Amino acid sequence: MNNFTQLIAPNLNNYIILCSILFTIGVLGVLIRKNIIIIFMSIELMLNSINLLLTAFSVHHGESSGQVFVFFIMAVAAAEITVGLAILVMIYRNTGSVNIESLKNLKW
Amino acid sequence: MIELVWLIPILPLLGFLVLGIGNNKISKSIAGIIACGSILGAFLIVLSLLIPMLNGTLQATTISYFEWISTGKISLSFSFLVDPLSIVMMTIITGVGFLIHLYSAGYMSHDEGMTRYFAFLNLFVFSMLLLVMGANYLVLFAGWEGVGFCSYMLIGFWYKNQNYNDAAKKAFIMNRIGDLGFLLGMLLILQTFGSLEYSAIFSNTSNIVPNSNLIIAITFLLFIGAMGKSAQIPLYTWLPDAMAGPTPVSALIHAATMVTAGIYVIVRSNVLYNLAPATLEIIQFVGIATALFAATIGLVQNDIKKVLAYSTVSQLGYMFFAIGLGAYSTALFHVVTHAFFKALLFLGAGSVIHAMSGEQDIRNMGGLSKKLPITFITFLLATLAISGIPPFAGFFSKDEILAHAFEKSPLLWGLGLVGALMTTFYMFRLFFLTFFGTFRGTEDQKHHLHESPLSMTIPLAVLALLSTIGGFIGIPEVLGGNNWFKHFLTPIISSTHSESHLLSHSTEWILMGLSVGAVLLTIIITYIVYVSKKSIPSPDHSSEGVVHKLLSNKYYIDEIYESIFVKPMYQLSQLLHQFFDLKIIDGIVNGFGLTVNKTSARLKSIQDGSLGFYLFAMVGGIILILIFNTIL
Repeated sequence: MNNFTQLIAPNLNNYIILCSILFTIGVLGVLIRKNIIIIFMSIELMLNSINLLLTAFSVHHGESSGQVFVFFIMAVAAAEITVGLAILVMIYRNTGSVNIESLKNLKW
Repeated sequence: MIELVWLIPILPLLGFLVLGIGNNKISKSIAGIIACGSILGAFLIVLSLLIPMLNGTLQATTISYFEWISTGKISLSFSFLVDPLSIVMMTIITGVGFLIHLYSAGYMSHDEGMTRYFAFLNLFVFSMLLLVMGANYLVLFAGWEGVGFCSYMLIGFWYKNQNYNDAAKKAFIMNRIGDLGFLLGMLLILQTFGSLEYSAIFSNTSNIVPNSNLIIAITFLLFIGAMGKSAQIPLYTWLPDAMAGPTPVSALIHAATMVTAGIYVIVRSNVLYNLAPATLEIIQFVGIATALFAATIGLVQNDIKKVLAYSTVSQLGYMFFAIGLGAYSTALFHVVTHAFFKALLFLGAGSVIHAMSGEQDIRNMGGLSKKLPITFITFLLATLAISGIPPFAGFFSKDEILAHAFEKSPLLWGLGLVGALMTTFYMFRLFFLTFFGTFRGTEDQKHHLHESPLSMTIPLAVLALLSTIGGFIGIPEVLGGNNWFKHFLTPIISSTHSESHLLSHSTEWILMGLSVGAVLLTIIITYIVYVSKKSIPSPDHSSEGVVHKLLSNKYYIDEIYESIFVKPMYQLSQLLHQFFDLKIIDGIVNGFGLTVNKTSARLKSIQDGSLGFYLFAMVGGIILILIFNTIL
């Protein structure tokens, strides 16, 4: 454990930069892509970049609760993606596409 | 039997509840039995109290049932007072009330709404009993409002006729004006004496300066209430219109009981009134003015019920006149005798109207004495009683009032006598035109003429008996009696000088002889005019003298009130409606709605359904929040 800590400790900055890049990619994916599946993947990417950051900080501080949280988030994300994909299937059945523009009718 | 006092008002109330709730399911005959039975029960209990009260074995008692209002320094109980005054009133209300209920069972038997009618009649008796039995002004006021409400409901009983509805509204609003005065008087009493209980107030008057502004204000405000309820100038115009209701209602509410509530209140508060001679002066003036004023209008009316209505107003004026003279027990004596003969007159009129298939114009009657013998005889007795022919009931009470007036001043006596003569004239005019001469109605009506059923003639007979002998409860000393009625009421009336006669017996004899002689003369004149000469009042719209026109239009009082009070009020309301309500109030309310509508119309275009934009807005929003967070 100690060895590992020493291994990544000086590189915390790298982790932060990596996570920021991943997160930004996720955000841009959500904003730019029209395919709902891709948007979902982007959201997962954002979530997991946060997970990675949490782990890095947890190790950095020698505090295990951060990693416990990561498990929580993964469990919740799994549940969320199940529901999301179910909705997606219904959207596809109803509109015949997975394009986000096909949901334009969902307005007042 | 004193434990059963609470049953007296409760029985009519139960009758009301049963009849009111089961309105459509109760058949007419059962409704009549329930209504009459509840009043009869109450009457029997009243009798069981009256007899020991007469024997002297029952003293005046206050029975407290529960604490009604208790707040701060004020504590008001719901309690009944049984004393000679309330017993007298209770006897009249339940006794005459029962007879009129019985009569109604026959009179209203063809009416669709008979159950509703009896329900309200029972409620009226309940309220009236509450009014006279209450041991404080608050219970009295509850009954006071109750009778006003019942009066409204019963005047407008045939609600499909808009005129009747208007009459009902008029009565209610006029009464409201009086009620406001009464309420203010009550509050002033509460502030002055710290209580509304009669016993607490009347035993606590030593601090009050006689004729001070305070006591005058209290008594005058109470008198305003009495003016409304008892139809005195200037609030009398509702009573003649109230004849729109069924005739038994006119008999019970607008002749025998409710309209005497004002008299009752003042007699009950006589301790206060004795401290305010100035108010008594006003009452005296208003009373005699009303008595004369209404009598002159009565002279030319052609509607049988209108004549009786104006006669009632006039007689109520007499009662207030007596009160103004300080002769409280005499006023109450007249209430009692008036209840007998005026109820009888109204019921007799009802019997005539019943026989004439709803005709009320005396110009279309005549010669009814053979067809309606019982009505004829009873009506005659009542007419003699109201005219003050000895030994009928009206003679004793009216004579006593006139004697008191003479003590005060011969002028007042003269005015009183003129009123009495006018009463005699219009009553005999009515009597002769209705029962003498030849029949002037249509053939249809002539065929239909019939004496009323037994349920209607029995009350007539009983009331005729009472009108004949009712005066014997108060035979004055000069005629060998001992004025028993006055002694009976002595406990509740604080003695003043004018309660006892100062006149010598010979003067009284002369006054009596003069008035009876004048009355007899008037009857003879009336007989000559309407029977020997067979003159019939001219039809409406014919050319008449100025005086006659003035009288038959009731001095244009209704029109004057209309233009002084109603129209300006109406125009003011119109103005407020146009300006304040439509522009300001509606403007504010609609303004809110419009603002929300317009704003949302703009904002809703943001939600155009493109999820991409939503996501963009969401991310943008989060970024903005983060930026603000770092800055602040």
